[in-house]
Amino acid sequence: MNEMTKITTTLKDWETDQEVRWCPGCGDYAILKAVQRTMPDLGADPSKTVFISGIGCSSRFPYYMETYGFHTIHGRAPAVATGVKLANPELDVWIITGDGDALSIGGNHTMHLLRRNLDCQVMLFNNEIYGLTKGQYSPTSRQGTQSPSTPYGSVDRPASPCAFALGAGARFVARGIDIHKGLPDVLKAAHAHKGTSFIEIFQNCIVYNKDVFEEFAAKKTAADTQLHLLDGEPMLFSKGEKGITLNHKTLQLEVVDVVDGDWEAAGVIVHDVTNRSVAHMLVEMQFGAFPMALGVLYDDPRPTFEAAVVAQNKAAAVGKQPDLQGLLNKGQTWTVTEDGPEL
Amino acid sequence: MATALKQEEPNNPNADGAENVVVRFAGDSGDGMQLTGGQFTLSTALAGNDLATFPDFPAEIRAPQGTLFGVSAFQINFGSRAIETAGDEPDVLIAMNPAALKTNVQSVRPGGLVIADEGEFGKRNLDKAHYDTNPLEDGSLAKWQLLKLNISQLTLDAVKPFGLGNKEALRCKNMWTLGLALWMFERDREPVVQWLKGKFAKLPDIADANIAALNAGHAYGETAEISGDGLGGGHLQHHKIAAAPAEPGTYRTVSGAESLSLGLVAGARLAGLPMFFGGYPITPASAILHHLARLKEFGVTTFQAEDEIAAITAAIGASYAGSLGITSSSGPGIALKGEAMGLAIMTELPLVIVNSQRGGPSTGLPTKTEQSDLYQAVYGRNGDAPMPVIAARSPEDAFYCAIEAVRIAVQYMTPVMLLTDGYIANAAEPWKIPDVDTLERFPVSFMTEKPEGPLLPYSRDANLKRPWIKPGTPGLMHRIGGIEKGVDTGHIEYGPANHQTMTEIRRDKILGVADSLPDQDLAFGKAGAKLCVVGWGSTFGPIHQAVSRASKAGRDVAHVHIRNIWPLPKNLGDLLKSFDRIIVPEMNTGQLKTILRDQYLVDAKPVNKVSGQPFTIAEIVSAIEENLS
Repeated sequence: MNEMTKITTTLKDWETDQEVRWCPGCGDYAILKAVQRTMPDLGADPSKTVFISGIGCSSRFPYYMETYGFHTIHGRAPAVATGVKLANPELDVWIITGDGDALSIGGNHTMHLLRRNLDCQVMLFNNEIYGLTKGQYSPTSRQGTQSPSTPYGSVDRPASPCAFALGAGARFVARGIDIHKGLPDVLKAAHAHKGTSFIEIFQNCIVYNKDVFEEFAAKKTAADTQLHLLDGEPMLFSKGEKGITLNHKTLQLEVVDVVDGDWEAAGVIVHDVTNRSVAHMLVEMQFGAFPMALGVLYDDPRPTFEAAVVAQNKAAAVGKQPDLQGLLNKGQTWTVTEDGPEL
Repeated sequence: MATALKQEEPNNPNADGAENVVVRFAGDSGDGMQLTGGQFTLSTALAGNDLATFPDFPAEIRAPQGTLFGVSAFQINFGSRAIETAGDEPDVLIAMNPAALKTNVQSVRPGGLVIADEGEFGKRNLDKAHYDTNPLEDGSLAKWQLLKLNISQLTLDAVKPFGLGNKEALRCKNMWTLGLALWMFERDREPVVQWLKGKFAKLPDIADANIAALNAGHAYGETAEISGDGLGGGHLQHHKIAAAPAEPGTYRTVSGAESLSLGLVAGARLAGLPMFFGGYPITPASAILHHLARLKEFGVTTFQAEDEIAAITAAIGASYAGSLGITSSSGPGIALKGEAMGLAIMTELPLVIVNSQRGGPSTGLPTKTEQSDLYQAVYGRNGDAPMPVIAARSPEDAFYCAIEAVRIAVQYMTPVMLLTDGYIANAAEPWKIPDVDTLERFPVSFMTEKPEGPLLPYSRDANLKRPWIKPGTPGLMHRIGGIEKGVDTGHIEYGPANHQTMTEIRRDKILGVADSLPDQDLAFGKAGAKLCVVGWGSTFGPIHQAVSRASKAGRDVAHVHIRNIWPLPKNLGDLLKSFDRIIVPEMNTGQLKTILRDQYLVDAKPVNKVSGQPFTIAEIVSAIEENLS
């Protein structure tokens, strides 16, 4: 996001008069509320905020935010956002997308958005299914997913959104859960990061893929299944009885038991959000053998695309006048008078 | 074609002493023929001739040397009268190798001059060009005047003092050839010398060698004994073509890609908007991106996107945020942009889409010209998705068409398709530089004040235009998107009556653009003529010349050239109905013809050419004769 004048708003200021059209019980409601609740905390200005989405259930999101909003076409929100931000770098741009929108039809744009590092927040609602088209498997669906288009189960392996993002050059990668109370903190961190902030949000599609994340999203078992990452804090879960360590022989992460709270003795890693190598391991950490890593996995800003473009445009224009007549007259010209041509 | 008072354009001198000459340079794609042609063009323009050019090169950057498919050619028609085409038949062909001779000689006027570099006619090159015997020796070129020169050796001799390697030395061949051509037509060498010094500022040896080759070619013409007949029936000699009559003013040469880029910059300034240009590399459209990328001081932001879709959607995003969004491509890329055009139509944002047409379908003929994207421009989107379409007829016209496209885009809040083609993009012609103060301004106003009642982002003015509201404007937050909009409110609205109304509004808004257009005029002849030749785009030159010739021969013909393809000018139907017969020459299989038939129920007959080459005047003259008999 940009440095901007903070203004005072309430949750109500961020709600539109539009009837919300998601299925009752959809995880999208929780995400919408989390965002509407977070915006006043950020001191954000609705007039300077733009929500840009592609196509899919999640992409209806902008209609429900009392900000500027652009519901574009399937997969193209990152490209539209790039044009918006280059035309007016002062705007605070949020991209709302889904697993099909961002990683299938729009995969190319997502990759280049991250590579260029446009200053914006990307909220990828991952429900591992195509909801709006009635339940086909998606690029993040697990192998064997039965759906109308894969009645015998999908055979292709899923994409991992955070691994994709990091591989494409993301400088901020985070994970959250739709109904999780920690989501606003993730949003705040994303907003504070200057550059493309990529957030994967596990979102429950109660119609076509109900409770697909239940194994790690369920509150009852959360202590054992979720690893909440905090910068400068050890990577502990199961109420501090387990942690994540690096096996120095295999150079792979491992789960270790922590005895009597002595995580240092157990070799538990302290989370450093700027450590890109560890970030690569965290995004590849398979749930099952490991807990699901949540929170800010990686955060290490570097200059943004639009700042570089603006700087170059400025530098290239130094000492030049926007003289249209001069431009037209450029090169070798000759003058025709009543007497004929002369050089 | 842009400068002179309109006259007929014969290939030979006629009674009033005015004349024109068609010269074609042909060589390997690595021989620098396009550069040679470009410099010859500049010298010719500086001499005050009117001219038109036709660069014709292969899609391969450096095709294998000596091959038939690797031949690159540059044709220029220049004269002391108005020139509107690159010429039907060359009077002079300069062939740098056997392949260039073989692929070009058949189009040379019988009796015309063929200059060949005999140094390149060894067995190896003859084999590559599939010649069994040496055409320079076997008499097969008898119907032309043949001049054999060992240009390779003469060049090597000329640049010897500079100690270049053989390969580098031979690269100067094109300058030797240019020197000879400049001598033949009494052209000044100085502009070329200055250009070489600038181009090779960091390599003075190379600059000097090229200048030496240029001077040697020139001196060769002056001093050497040259056998064979040259132009004008005598020996090869000075052949001065007088300056063409032209309106007083300041001139330069300009290619279509360049003038179109300048027109876009001018249009943005006349609208008072910063420009955002999203592009993706594609032949022959990339030149526009290259030109604009250097014009940052004019408030131009260029963005080389990851693909064609990102190029247009980023432009849409920029328009949404208050810039003038522009994107450009050629047929295959335009196809990819189709869905996004629909988004711009639905969200009613200004956008200019430039299509530099090339031969299709699919990859087709990337470097050859065609006009076969007219259906795509007018109809090529899902849903009822009307969009204004404008077609440029020449490099000069491309400047004004670009401004017109910007005007329509911002005055009607709509995407506009601007059609040009490979021929216009690459061809150069003299251009009378306009006085920018005479260009009409059309400043844009954004909605900035909160209305008293509810905010209605889809309310409309007399043009049916909706307000343009930039994000960042306090208090005017609203949402837009590709889903059907409610009348006035812009809210999501699927109701049947609403969709009917909105579809009709979108249609009527675009049809209403015709109110801002001038009446369709006649490029030649009068309403009610026995035959009307209707054209659009780059066929203007050959059609105009053909109609003029037929008229001189006593035929009752007229020429209508349509610039606004959609919506069509309001009087066009009545005008077309005044003619007994209508023919429509197009470089496609009859696309404008179909639209005219559909719109006006007139019996327009197609005249089609899809060879990747422009029409010749003679082809259209014979179509006129056929349709009058």
